[in-house]
Amino acid sequence: MSSEILISSLYVFALAAFLGYQVISRVPPLLHTPLMSATNAISAISVVGAIVTAGAQHNNVAKTLGLIAVTSAMINVVGGFMITDRMLKMFKEKIGGGRDSGAKEEKHQ
Amino acid sequence: MKDGYFIELTYLLASVLFVFGLKGLSNPKTARRGMNLAAAGMLAAIVGTLLHHEILSYELIIIGMIIGSLIGAAMSIWMPMTAMPQRTALSHAFGALAASLVGISEYYRHAVDLGETLPAYKMTALGFEVLFGSLTVTGSLIAFAKLQEMMRGTPFTYKGQNIINISLFALAAGIFIYLIFVPTASSLFYVMVGLSFLFGVLLVMPIGSADMPVVMSLMNSYAGLASAATGFAIGNNVLIIAGTLDGFSGFILSILMCRAMNRSITNVLFGAFGAPATDTGALIEGVMREVAPDDVAVQLAYARQVVFVPGYGMATAQAQHAVRELADVLEHRGVIVKYAIHPVAGRMPGHMNVLLAEANVPYSSLYEMEQINPEMNATDVAVVIGANDVVNPDARDNPKSPIAGMPIIEVDRAQSVVVLKRGKGKGFSGLENPLFYKTNTGMLYGDAKSSLTRLAQAVQQT
Repeated sequence: MSSEILISSLYVFALAAFLGYQVISRVPPLLHTPLMSATNAISAISVVGAIVTAGAQHNNVAKTLGLIAVTSAMINVVGGFMITDRMLKMFKEKIGGGRDSGAKEEKHQ
Repeated sequence: MKDGYFIELTYLLASVLFVFGLKGLSNPKTARRGMNLAAAGMLAAIVGTLLHHEILSYELIIIGMIIGSLIGAAMSIWMPMTAMPQRTALSHAFGALAASLVGISEYYRHAVDLGETLPAYKMTALGFEVLFGSLTVTGSLIAFAKLQEMMRGTPFTYKGQNIINISLFALAAGIFIYLIFVPTASSLFYVMVGLSFLFGVLLVMPIGSADMPVVMSLMNSYAGLASAATGFAIGNNVLIIAGTLDGFSGFILSILMCRAMNRSITNVLFGAFGAPATDTGALIEGVMREVAPDDVAVQLAYARQVVFVPGYGMATAQAQHAVRELADVLEHRGVIVKYAIHPVAGRMPGHMNVLLAEANVPYSSLYEMEQINPEMNATDVAVVIGANDVVNPDARDNPKSPIAGMPIIEVDRAQSVVVLKRGKGKGFSGLENPLFYKTNTGMLYGDAKSSLTRLAQAVQQT
């Protein structure tokens, strides 16, 4: 039983590693900061482990640790996605448009 | 078991959406939509988990979620963009803390409370989780303190440092291996946790602020791997997938950052770069020529192409808006303005891009090092704003220089160079920069922000 779980987990890990390499090597350096905050937000999925730890009726030590874990993971979930969006909103290809063509015309005179 | 299937389906959905989200980041146009998908995936996974049959009480969960959400939202709304590296360092600490606490509580529940003997694979996963997690917590906090300038950014070194670090790590690793065979040795488990916390501190202390891009990427990677290990420990695939994506992202970034400095990861971690004693730069002849803002303004106003090269100094002076204003005035006169971004400029990967984007600089004007270098000969004025090592010609010309081989933005090939600098002192790395002594280089001392504002005014009057 346990070795089956381990093997299937290793499959998932290997495939995710391959996929991660493919997807992330295509992110341009322009977006490396948002990439870092985005992957940080995504890996805060450990909140699901923390939720079960905090909510299951184990004992007080485990529950307290779970509470702190839920809190810090949620900081990353909410903060991570919000700050990533705030950054991505700022990236614009051209501002106002037309300025570049205007500049070129002036230069030719 | 019905709820089990439902939860697994939400996890599967989350995993797929995370991958789509990161795929969206390959282009600024699709990035926001991608991240919305990823956020939706996160929501699905959280909702699914709340239905978990083991959960009996929701009080603590709700309290934790509310407090965490409030702190997270507050940090992301009010934090200035210049503080992005610090925030990222903190979030690595939070992420790793969550992962290692889940690990510790899993161990406590099974090995201490229930007195079970953990199977070897689970103990291995828990060990990795706690090791990576704990060292990332303290390592990131030290990085945060250095970036926030709560402690000195210079490397902290002492004799025998590497030996102490390596033996400490070996000790922690030894305990880890012992625990795999004897998982009930709970006091050793806590010793291992303590050692990892300590190791994180000792690992980052000797690393100078200029090397922070690498440290940030590594911590990103470790935090992700800790999450992935959590997935192994509690048999949860979405954790493995998300953690691995994060781990690989950080790993790829570390490699890119190291390549941009022509150094190996080992060298960054154990080299204590930046100790002034290592200055083997050639003796530099000539003097630094100070220039007046009005002269620079004339130069800029009649240039055909101007390239701005920002560095960390632009971030500390919060000068990104002033750069943009000067660029506006120049573009209005028909000058072609470009920005050259070195991969390790600033304190984290992509730092300069975010700051310039905040100042409304369109990303079509931002050029990577490889794109801009061939254009340097055709550039009339290169304006260096608070950057030093990334434009140091010694890296290219002097094989004895500590930064020899590091790819640079070749501003010295431009017709003339203006360097905006706070004072005459050396940069963070403590290296002499021959660029400053070249005959076609002018030094404009003072706070970058006010210098740029003055330049913009002067250009307008020309």
